Amino acid sequence: MREMCVATETRTTADSPLVAPGHTTATVTDKIAAVVLQSTPRWFYPAFGASFGLLMLFMYAVTILFAKGVGIWGVNNPAGWGFAIVNFVWWIGIGHAGTLISAILLLLRQKWRQSINRFAEAMTLFAVACAGIYPILHLGRPWLAYWLFPYPATTGVWPQFRSPLIWDVFAISTYALVSLMFWYVGLIPDLATLRDRTQNRIARVVYGMMAMGWRGSAAHWHNHDTACILLAALATPLVVSVHSVVSLDFAAGLIPGWHATIFPPYFVAGAIFAGFAMVITLAIPLRAAFGLHDFITERHVRNMAKVMLATGLIVNYGYAIEIFIAWYSGNEYEQYMLTNRVLGPYRYIWYSLILCNVVATQFLWSAKVRSSAVAVWVVSMFINVGMWLERFVIVVTSLTRDFMPSAWGMYYPTRFDYFTFFGTIGLFLSLMFLFVRLLPMISIFEIRTLLPKARAKEKSA
Amino acid sequence: MSESDRTDAARYWRGLEERTPDAALQAQLRPEFTPQADVAPQGLDRRHFMQVMGASFALAGLGACTRQPVEELVPYARPPEDLVPGRPLYFATALTLGGFASGVLVESHTGRPTKIEGNPEHPSSLGATDRFAQAALLDLYDPDRSRAVLHLQRIRSWEAFLQVLEPALEAQVPLQGAGLRILSGSSTSPTLAAQMQRIRARFPQARWHRYETVSRDGLRSATLAAFGRYVEVRYDFSQADVVVALDSDFLTTGPGCVRYAKDFMARRRVREGQYGMSRLYCIESTPSATGAVADHRLSLPPAQQLACAFALAFECGVHGTGVLGPAGAGDLEKWRQIIGLDLREHAGRSIVIAGDESPVELQALALAMNQRLGNLGRSVIVSEPIEVEPTSHIGSLRDLVQDMRAGQVELLLVLGGNPVYDAPADLDFTAAMAKVPLRAHLAFAEDETSENCHWHLPLAHELETWSDARAHDGTVSVMQPLIDPLFGGKSMHELLAVVAGDKERNGIDIVRRTWTERLGADFDTRWRRILHDGVVAGSEEPLLPLELQRDSLTQLFLGVASDLAPRLERRNDSLEVVFRVDPTVHDGRFANNGWLQELPKPWTRLTWDNAALLAPATAARLGLANEDMVELEQGTRKVRAPVWVLPGQPEDVVTLHLGYGRRRVGRVGTGAGFDAHPLRTSAGLVHASGLRLRPTGEQVKLACTQLQHAMEGRHLVREGSLSEFRDHPHFAQEMGHGVHAPTSLYPGFEYEGRAWGMVVDLGACTGCNACVVACNAENNIPVVGKAQVRKGREMHWLRIDRYFEGSAEDPRVVQQPVMCMHCENAPCEPVCPVGATSHGKEGLNEMVYNRCVGTRYCANNCPYKVRRFNFLQYADQETEVLKMLRNPDVTVRTRGVMEKCTYCVQRINQTRIQIKKEDRPLRDGEILTACQQVCPSDAIIFGDINDPNSKVAKLRQQPLHYGILEELNTRPRTTYLARVTNPNPERGAAAGHAGDVRGH
Amino acid sequence: MTQVSPQRLHGVMAEFDHSDKLIAAVKAVRAQGYTRIDAFTPYPIEELHHALGHHHSPLPRMVLAGGIAGALFGFSLQTWISTVAYPMNVGGRPFFSWPAFVPVTFECTILFASLTAVLGMLALNGLPEPHHPVFNVERFAMASRDRYFLCIESRDPRFDAAQTADFLWTLEPTHVAEVAAS
Repeated sequence: MREMCVATETRTTADSPLVAPGHTTATVTDKIAAVVLQSTPRWFYPAFGASFGLLMLFMYAVTILFAKGVGIWGVNNPAGWGFAIVNFVWWIGIGHAGTLISAILLLLRQKWRQSINRFAEAMTLFAVACAGIYPILHLGRPWLAYWLFPYPATTGVWPQFRSPLIWDVFAISTYALVSLMFWYVGLIPDLATLRDRTQNRIARVVYGMMAMGWRGSAAHWHNHDTACILLAALATPLVVSVHSVVSLDFAAGLIPGWHATIFPPYFVAGAIFAGFAMVITLAIPLRAAFGLHDFITERHVRNMAKVMLATGLIVNYGYAIEIFIAWYSGNEYEQYMLTNRVLGPYRYIWYSLILCNVVATQFLWSAKVRSSAVAVWVVSMFINVGMWLERFVIVVTSLTRDFMPSAWGMYYPTRFDYFTFFGTIGLFLSLMFLFVRLLPMISIFEIRTLLPKARAKEKSA
Repeated sequence: MSESDRTDAARYWRGLEERTPDAALQAQLRPEFTPQADVAPQGLDRRHFMQVMGASFALAGLGACTRQPVEELVPYARPPEDLVPGRPLYFATALTLGGFASGVLVESHTGRPTKIEGNPEHPSSLGATDRFAQAALLDLYDPDRSRAVLHLQRIRSWEAFLQVLEPALEAQVPLQGAGLRILSGSSTSPTLAAQMQRIRARFPQARWHRYETVSRDGLRSATLAAFGRYVEVRYDFSQADVVVALDSDFLTTGPGCVRYAKDFMARRRVREGQYGMSRLYCIESTPSATGAVADHRLSLPPAQQLACAFALAFECGVHGTGVLGPAGAGDLEKWRQIIGLDLREHAGRSIVIAGDESPVELQALALAMNQRLGNLGRSVIVSEPIEVEPTSHIGSLRDLVQDMRAGQVELLLVLGGNPVYDAPADLDFTAAMAKVPLRAHLAFAEDETSENCHWHLPLAHELETWSDARAHDGTVSVMQPLIDPLFGGKSMHELLAVVAGDKERNGIDIVRRTWTERLGADFDTRWRRILHDGVVAGSEEPLLPLELQRDSLTQLFLGVASDLAPRLERRNDSLEVVFRVDPTVHDGRFANNGWLQELPKPWTRLTWDNAALLAPATAARLGLANEDMVELEQGTRKVRAPVWVLPGQPEDVVTLHLGYGRRRVGRVGTGAGFDAHPLRTSAGLVHASGLRLRPTGEQVKLACTQLQHAMEGRHLVREGSLSEFRDHPHFAQEMGHGVHAPTSLYPGFEYEGRAWGMVVDLGACTGCNACVVACNAENNIPVVGKAQVRKGREMHWLRIDRYFEGSAEDPRVVQQPVMCMHCENAPCEPVCPVGATSHGKEGLNEMVYNRCVGTRYCANNCPYKVRRFNFLQYADQETEVLKMLRNPDVTVRTRGVMEKCTYCVQRINQTRIQIKKEDRPLRDGEILTACQQVCPSDAIIFGDINDPNSKVAKLRQQPLHYGILEELNTRPRTTYLARVTNPNPERGAAAGHAGDVRGH
Repeated sequence: MTQVSPQRLHGVMAEFDHSDKLIAAVKAVRAQGYTRIDAFTPYPIEELHHALGHHHSPLPRMVLAGGIAGALFGFSLQTWISTVAYPMNVGGRPFFSWPAFVPVTFECTILFASLTAVLGMLALNGLPEPHHPVFNVERFAMASRDRYFLCIESRDPRFDAAQTADFLWTLEPTHVAEVAAS
């Protein structure tokens, strides 16, 4: 851990600190734990109520869905997939930033991650939860979803492993499980802190159970550290593979606009792009609400803005390559796909996509924009929308006009499509609100290691 | 019989002789007693019992009734040999449309009809049927059929009706039936004819009126003018090198259309080395299915069309047709010369045919031309009328209305039909009918007419009744019921029997009476033979050697020509309206038939609605677009209709299809389309000028199954002209990108043994839609309704794509049946996560409904978009009567399951079992898919492509053979033969052929 | 400071307000020859680990094994299913279409490895262990805040409640407490 700290120090001297000066292990512990332990702030109820209302809307939409069938959505022939898959890919993409921050940045010894990784990981989990619902909902017979798992059935039949959807099943469930474990392992020491801080008996028992009797002994810390590094090392290729597999749902199909080799890298970049946008979208209001400016500093915002810019440019490159290849391939179907995107019935979706993901991103070149939390937040909102539109363009525009002109059609979402979409946003926010109230949204023990005191002592030692 | 019985027989004695042991004495005494006297107490032994039972079942089988007639009720414990559950029986009968019969074989599963096929013995069918015959099955099981006799909407019994009818008839006897009127459609039934004779005998003054929307009046009056008498005209297209169709849709509608399509297409089947091909010119005032396959199609407003016909007639040297001089525009002038020359060059081997709905002048011109070209007796056959007592429908109806107004009608029996709905508006039939003190309507379902009658009597379906009818060539068929009337309906014969006062009151007796008289000696065997074959051998009408009465025709022509002249100069302020019966719901009788309602109409691809068809130019001028609501005004009458812009529609002509906008109809037809009849007067039954059109600014939603009408320069439908084919046989195969060298990581899959494949001959397809309905019937395909069709969720496994090529004013139409291609490298299969779709040993792309979880990935990945998904519970599983409709060999799919064409795998398996049992190889053509079996023009061929001698394998060797989207390396098993057309070399360029279609 | 009978002692625990003091203390204690000792801190301190003379964790090797097992499981499962258990002609692909099996194999590798990492970590740390004698010391709650603890266990051969405590007092702790067993 030492070299890590030294490294950080040299950087921090050059740059503004990661934790506001004057903090001690005691103060950070109390301040962060307080968010959970203090009585609920007044604003919490309306905010949670609103998102819970959306969640109820989701329950309603799903009830009707199960009762009647996917016909209540706008899907049809030829557009067999619609909002459900668009939302699925969107949510999964959002999830990626969390894993990236906690895993890749950990491997890269980026200490600045330590104040945002906790809720970034939480965000991952909740996003994956939202994403994971859709593939089940969009089935014609959702009650048979378990047929996608390999289990010895009485029928003697098994899944068909050439299908990207089966790859999805494995990728998504692995991803969900690994993220959960990673998140929980990171939580254990902080759960111990809460166990020891809380005055409430029940809370103490619950946190105690979850902390599994963590004592913070040197051996604990050592194995814990190793486990975290290993998980990070495993999660890094995983997070890359997950969105690659998701992209294969399309790339493995032969529909013009789907059948492209650029998809895996371009989807992964897009995922990180979208994910960081969502982290910003959540982090900035949260730190305002709980007054955590000491831990989520301008520098965090700046760094995340830079990551968004970088990944955004990769995504833009993806767009450019798609267009180039469509033209260069000389394939009439590919070429038509392109003209259809730009001039076809869904062109306005494509235009707004370009506005959000290409134009808006360029503002991040300016240091002034990057250093203004508000400006970055606005850009991030554009990107959230833009990435959703991108998936819509890929799924719907390609499907509605493929090979046989006679079979071309249009896709019009119904109100149930919207209910389900906003419903999952409600689910996501509800989980998020519960999380910030019940668990430390900033990793206390990792913040402690950032403190000058801790560092100074370790150095002198 | 057991011991005890014998001892009993001994214990009770019937006479002294039994007490006396002396055998000799007994022998003497025996004759005193009835010969069978000693049998009686013994009863039946098993064998004898089985004989009796078998016989009664044979009888039952004859009428194949699920609910056996009472006197033949037999417990099902021991089924007879010929009735094996799961193995269908076939019975020959006939179905009529407009009175004319088309012979069918009906597949019956344990007594319920489940599928209708053509009767190969029948001259109008030769094994195929049209879309209506296929859909008749759904009519039979229509849950909205009337189920009871109604008097003023209250349920009564048939007897109750008779108690009213019989006195009323008695009252007519002294008046000789002066107050008795019968109104029906045209009929060809010998039995009906005989009954009418008997009714005449009883009521000399009674009158029988006829009316149908498709009256064929034009032809009747034309023959009257031409020959001085009614005759029937039929055509032999196998003899025709050149065909000129004047508004005639002879390939897909009208008597004999199935046969005509077969003969016509047989003359156009070109293969490598055989280039003989007939040529078809269509001169029509509204686009028709036949027009779509024409080599040259002229689209003209009625007046110009008539002028053109005159010019042609003049060209052919018909008297009295010169008066108009050159036919209008310069281009028409060229056409007249070209077509005229073509006709003259093929004198005696050509046909000029006018449509069933065409007015007398067109019909007369056609007849005159055929006579002048020496076609009469060769390709055009004139015979004694086939109809019973032919008469002018409109005249007959007009008389009836007059009599009713004058209060001379006391008892009106309406047999079928729906005059209140479809009588010409100016006659005001309803008001006139209201004056009749006693009105009864024998109808299939409660409709507008039964609303206006005192009595509504349920009419039995043709599959439920005994009757007889004649084919377009006069061949007689006896129709036998496949099932007892489901809802206790009565046939026309049974009602007329009451009127005639006959003692035979039930169907079979009435029909047998006719035929006992006709067949005479050896009745039973001949009767059984007739029932078995479905036709009376050699009963077609011989051709009549008749002389054309030139003068009367000339008179007619001069008259027409004089008032044609003013019609020729166009008035811009007003439009011309053309009426046609709808291509799918016909005159409205099929309005409650979901299969036909959901059947995309040729040209427009509309379902569930009719529309006011406008030419693009006209629509542009009036600032109208699809689905705009307009108000049509003809004289004082108004109708509101949605606009549909149709390339190929003549300018300033509005086509309105009849048969929609039914006010009183079942759940299916309610609210479908608009009723155009208010604009249709007895003066303008076919077309009328002076139509005014006013946009209302409103919009309505129409359900069109094809949104994209251009082929985008893709090589899906490939076609070329005959000359091109001759010089360059492989033109079709060179159009595509061809298959690139196998780019797969994997080795291909080997198919030893049988490998199923299908070839669709685009040159032969008429787009008649029969295959689509046949597929619905065979595979239990659900009807989804207008709203779902609008969402693009129609379930048809087999669709017919239609593309326009060339200009919007004069487009060329190409049509292409598309079903599952059963690709060897099926893109749909690898993407299924649960392996619900995979390949069978014989190369079928199989869909396992039970395993499907409904990800729809397969449908997305199908480049041909032939997969269909049950987005909701489409199959009706509640309605009891519809359960009888299902084909028991095919799963009824539930919600959330993908489905698609299976090559009728159930039929393949039936045959596989059969040949296994008989231990013999498969005969080519032994397995017919539903679409193939019904196709009138043999455009679909199915078989084993691994058998080099099979028809399909041979066709795959043809230079015209190609597969669509082969460049995707899907290796489709369903492939196509490029369409070859035969444009007149003079006009080949102008008519624009392969050039256009090929695109870039 | 409460007296507890020696045999019922878990050990003696010293509390420090500074990580350096703790590390120094650890070194001193080990110099004294104590072996059964453990240190508790609010955050990981690599230094301390070395000072205690602990060896490297076996976790990485376990995880490697887990990963290999996962890979084998994934690939063989797919191969068995598509070639032996239920072979199907899917779109003309061969039964053993190994390229299609790569993604699932990979995911299985990651899944098994990660599970090993987490469960292994818990196992090595002897967690879950809801109760532990050290929790008997009230002030130990501060170990998860900003205090550093050193515990010499009674199992240690050189352990003597009184002496050990006195010795600990020499290492400038803020407190020293006896830790009751159970």
